[in-house]
Amino acid sequence: MRFTRTSKMLSVAALAALSLSACGGGDTESGAEGGNTEAVIVVDGSEPQNPLIPTSTNEVGGGAILDLVFAGLVSYDADGKPQNEMAESIETEDAQNYTITLKEGKTFTNGDPVTASSFVDAWNYGAAAKNAQLSSYFFESIEGYDEASAEGSTVETMSGLKVVDDRTFTVALSQPESDWPLRLGYSAFYPLPAAALEDPATFGENPIGNGPYKFASEGAWQHNQQIELVPNDEYEGPQAAQNGGVTFKIYQNDTTAYQDLISDNLDVLKTIPTSDIKNFESDLGERAIEAPYAGNQTIAVPYYLPNWEGEAGKLRRQALSMAINRDEITEVIFNGGREPAKDFTAPVLEGYSADLPGSENLEYNPEEAKKLWADAEKISPYDESQPLTIGYNADKGDHKTWVEAVVNNIKNNLGIEVAGKPYATFKEARTEATDETLTGALRAGWQADYPSLYNFLGPIYATGAGSNDARYSNPEFDQQLTDGLAAGSVEEGNEAMNKAQEHLLEDLPAIPLWYQVAQGGWSNNVDNVEFGWNGVPLYYAITGK
Amino acid sequence: MVWYIVRRFLQLIPVFLGATLLVYFLVFSLPGDATAAICGERGCTPAVVAGLREQYNLDQPFWIQYLLYLKGVLTFDLGTNFSGRPIATIIAEVFPTTAKLAIMALVIEAVFGIVFGLIAGLRKGRIFDSSVLVLSLIVIAVPIFVLGFLMQFLIGVKLQWTNPTVSGDATITELLLPAVVLGLVSFAYVLRLTRTSIIENVNADYVRTATAKGLSRRRVVVVHVLRNSLIPVVTFLGADLGALMGGAIVTEGIFNVNGVGNTLYRAVLNGDGPMVVSIVTFLILIFCLANLLVDLLYAWLDPRIRYA
Repeated sequence: MRFTRTSKMLSVAALAALSLSACGGGDTESGAEGGNTEAVIVVDGSEPQNPLIPTSTNEVGGGAILDLVFAGLVSYDADGKPQNEMAESIETEDAQNYTITLKEGKTFTNGDPVTASSFVDAWNYGAAAKNAQLSSYFFESIEGYDEASAEGSTVETMSGLKVVDDRTFTVALSQPESDWPLRLGYSAFYPLPAAALEDPATFGENPIGNGPYKFASEGAWQHNQQIELVPNDEYEGPQAAQNGGVTFKIYQNDTTAYQDLISDNLDVLKTIPTSDIKNFESDLGERAIEAPYAGNQTIAVPYYLPNWEGEAGKLRRQALSMAINRDEITEVIFNGGREPAKDFTAPVLEGYSADLPGSENLEYNPEEAKKLWADAEKISPYDESQPLTIGYNADKGDHKTWVEAVVNNIKNNLGIEVAGKPYATFKEARTEATDETLTGALRAGWQADYPSLYNFLGPIYATGAGSNDARYSNPEFDQQLTDGLAAGSVEEGNEAMNKAQEHLLEDLPAIPLWYQVAQGGWSNNVDNVEFGWNGVPLYYAITGK
Repeated sequence: MVWYIVRRFLQLIPVFLGATLLVYFLVFSLPGDATAAICGERGCTPAVVAGLREQYNLDQPFWIQYLLYLKGVLTFDLGTNFSGRPIATIIAEVFPTTAKLAIMALVIEAVFGIVFGLIAGLRKGRIFDSSVLVLSLIVIAVPIFVLGFLMQFLIGVKLQWTNPTVSGDATITELLLPAVVLGLVSFAYVLRLTRTSIIENVNADYVRTATAKGLSRRRVVVVHVLRNSLIPVVTFLGADLGALMGGAIVTEGIFNVNGVGNTLYRAVLNGDGPMVVSIVTFLILIFCLANLLVDLLYAWLDPRIRYA
């Protein structure tokens, strides 16, 4: 028998349990479906970039921890369907005014009850400009957000939030938004105990939540090394822990983590490194997984670039899109680990449609591409002195290979000068995008915060939106988004969103390339590993063997 | 002697000022706005960006930023990094691990390098000498990350003699493999330096005299030949200690060691100015101290050298 760290820890835990409950006689070792629910699961993580406060966390490393330590009004199941967590009910008649009732008897792990104020105070804290919370824009729909979040504002509360009693509060939005309840499972909307707001910096080191897990002890977050979580016995709900704890081991790179996975020192790896994409399925066999999730990859072509404005710019974008052989690139470079895009959102979302009018613009068609390019030439000739570049950041993620493939596609099919443009760091690329000083196209990836079509459209393509790198502005598109949000139901809303997408498919402010697929794997020590709608494993459901 | 040491310490002050100024300027000149790294793919609202710039003094011109940093250092407050953690705490967390790793590597390369070099030098041209020379040539020629990944795969994954990565505790056994990888290249240099030096000294007059006096071969080799041959080796090892402290970025990355190199690498990527400057300055100080130590060792190895 080969001992791994997990099994060693396990046997120590089992021994301790045995000696403590020697006369109990109960057998808790084997749980549902033959899995061992006492096992501590070791998974890969990355160092949270900020104190673990829901509204100041905007990256996956901290997000994964928060999602286990906290529970919001709703949570998402594996398919992204919202299910009630703290909420008893979320009611509205006009999609603008919501009454939220909480379940009875829910507590934080320090014993404080989860009340209406836990939510309202946390949201106000997140929105107020003086707290400079990174995720503050998530509250933008709530009435009074503009006053609280304006630069230099001293307003600390949003007028749209009102506590009715301990278990009830009301939310007034500044406009009707039918998909607003869908957002409530996102980490920015988690409740906070009173202690958090008194001293956020200290709280962020040892957060106290109401979720399925809690910190193993004070200081369980060993920076850049690991974060140790144990089940929260008080928690009752859909995400109840099926294991004896989850330890996030922090890796500097995926390649290293992969070595630990194949030697059974790591139980779950959520991203296979690019260098092992070709062999991970043969290395892991049954233990390899490919799961599509709500994310995509696009290339944004800014409208302020010469050559790319007006009618000619539109034809050229269409020509670019049709010159890219998505099927070939996803097959050859990603070994099938990406899915060619058919729209601007992602297939795992409710309301997704693969055959929207205009989606033919995303199909490989070199003849038509040449023709469109020639048509554009007639309107205004292409200025050869400013050839197109496709920018990507070279520090994180392996973008070089596919960008080069796309560049070659375009070169060969349109006969124009194109080149990949690496940025040394992510921030360098982002700064140019924010300052409107890009000199070419820029790759952009989007991963959903909450499972809704709008999350892929509003924040990226609405006029003046924060991530609108292309500086796209189309009043008809904006109008349809607003209509979609105001629709009476999520279904009607989705219909309007897809109508809005037809504009995008014609204008192509960004060229959708493919949908993301999580490629991961697990060790010989664990079972029941499943990936959720957002590409993150459902950690609570993993069992030992 | 004491005066000499005091003088050397005083020399550290201009070195410190110059180094911090230079490094701070380099980080300041890196393209891209540091808040863009903090805000990530989704960006922040302008109000949040303004708040962050104020918090980290990014809204101030270069000189003010630098002087504020200096003021912090002089009051023993290195400030916080972009994650809001005190820089002094971070250095205190990662430094012991890197120091452990560097010293282990140094011991490995020194012991094996000197012993192998001594044997090779004494048996010049024989089979041991030639094979060791070829071996060291290969080690020098192969890039360190190839050696790292290769040994990690063979010893950590295939043979499972040790874990492929280092855990948070960074115990001596876990650090052994990375230390060997880290020390390998320098081992080859130490070996070659020792060998050449020994060959030179073996034929020196004083060695013949010592042998003629009837001293045992062991005493001749250890006290007379080796001791005098060590001066160039000690110079190299001293400089190497500084390099091992800061230059272990590749090895620390491969074995997931939470050390100075990895921390520095992350800080550079994020444009975390105060963090980069603090770590680099710290490394410079270590480098200077290592050099001082080497200079003092000279006097011990060769009594003709005197410091006043």
